[in-house]
Amino acid sequence: MKITLDADKCCAAGQCVLIAPEVFDQRDEDGVVVLLDAEPPADQHDAVREAAAICPAAVIEVQA
Amino acid sequence: MTLSTAPAPLPAEPPSGCPFDPPAEYGVLRTTRPISKVGLPDGSWAWLVTRYADIRAVLGDLRFSSDTTVHGYPRSGMTGGGSTQNRGFIRMDPPEHTRLRRMVTREFMVKRVEALRPEIQRLTDELCDAMERAEGREEGGVDLVEALALPVPSLVISLLLGVPYGDHEIFQRLTGTLLSRTVTDDEREAARSELRDYLDRLVTAKEADPGDDILGRLIVEQQRTGEITHDEVAAFAALLLIAGHETTANMIGLSALTLMRDPETAERLRQDPALIRGAVEELLRFHSIIRNGPRRVATEDVEIDGHLIRAGEGVVVAVPSGNRDETVFPAPDRLDIARPNAQHHVAFGYGIHQCLGQALARVELQVVLGTLLRRFPAMRPAVPVEEIPFRTDMSIYGCHALPVTW
Ligand code: HEM
Ligand code: SF4
Repeated sequence: MKITLDADKCCAAGQCVLIAPEVFDQRDEDGVVVLLDAEPPADQHDAVREAAAICPAAVIEVQA
Repeated sequence: MTLSTAPAPLPAEPPSGCPFDPPAEYGVLRTTRPISKVGLPDGSWAWLVTRYADIRAVLGDLRFSSDTTVHGYPRSGMTGGGSTQNRGFIRMDPPEHTRLRRMVTREFMVKRVEALRPEIQRLTDELCDAMERAEGREEGGVDLVEALALPVPSLVISLLLGVPYGDHEIFQRLTGTLLSRTVTDDEREAARSELRDYLDRLVTAKEADPGDDILGRLIVEQQRTGEITHDEVAAFAALLLIAGHETTANMIGLSALTLMRDPETAERLRQDPALIRGAVEELLRFHSIIRNGPRRVATEDVEIDGHLIRAGEGVVVAVPSGNRDETVFPAPDRLDIARPNAQHHVAFGYGIHQCLGQALARVELQVVLGTLLRRFPAMRPAVPVEEIPFRTDMSIYGCHALPVTW
């Protein structure tokens, strides 16, 4: 799995951090999403897909 | 044009017998006319969107504007009044919306809010101590709305903004008027202008002596550097105070009542407090307290699921309907605290305006409900449920009062 972010669109709602805290974090200055792990291990895949589905601003893109 | 074709107003009454379910009209609309016309108080109309997928499509599409000054925006009868002056970024579009929202996003991010959890717990415990000492528990009961549901969010946001807590009665009265559906647009505007005057004086005082709080930081980092004006600081204060107060309060009241009436679920949560997170998501979905929007106006012709919405036409989103959409949430009228996709709800909206305070609201609900379950395991309504006054007259659903005993 490979994750890419379109962080310009992020509205810092933080839903991704609640769902997959080992993969996503928020930048201290403005709460915008940062990626902790662009190629997370298999046990994170479901959580990452869930975060991508819930993200209100369609920021998170997941490949395979 | 015949009068008989005037579209029906927004449904507000819960189905008979269940004050927790959204108006029955929504179930019918979702299957027969998912996008239909709704009549507004001034005789105008807007499109009412009732299906989950269509709601996400509208709220996620920037061709639908939140700007109340755009021609055709459905302002009549809207939450908080239709005034367009100093309206706060909730009623703006990018790039202005993005610029202003980002000035405060860090204040509400998950880490910051988690760090507040002990303080929120402390405030909650103090209010619970006071409730234990309160008179009147035997006769008529203690009003949980007054004793806990309203003060928690009010204390928390006052603390974050740096507003003297002694002033919270002013807010309670004014936000009550702003959010009522039964006052006239004029009365609502009067309340809005009174609140504006108060906040204007508050910001002036803080300009002289900015504290280590959200308003202080906005003044030092954004106003003094010329990014925003005095009036814009006051608009931030108004938005943050109003948006987080009665919303969270009503979720606390309704959720506490729901758990009192469902002892099995309450017991499960007492046995396994880790379930409270998911329970709060499900309660947000189930109660969907936002009953009068969000609203938008189309800035271009847009097709939503084959339905054409023309430029200049207004849209009202039916949050309670989307959150009971059976194609997304199986057995939607059942409260299931372990529902796997509960967090997919649109109780906080969707798209770039999705609730800025959602992490805070979640922690407040988790703390308050967890504390009530732990400290007051025998709490129950002091009156039959038919006697509890539900807020069918307000833009934010809940109970006006909730007498409890234990
Ligand atoms: C359970 C409690 C709450 C509910 C159900 C709720 C619901 C919502 C909804 C549906 C929206 C979207 C409005 C739109 O799209 O036009 C929203 C926006 C907003 N909420 Fe909340 N809210 C809650 C608590 C809070 C709290 C505690 C705060 C913190 C101060 C807050 C601050 C805001 C702000 C500032 C916005 C505007 C965001 C923007 O336009 O970018 N809310 N809320
Ligand atoms: S859920 Fe989406 S919008 Fe929210 S912080 Fe994460 S990436 Fe940003």
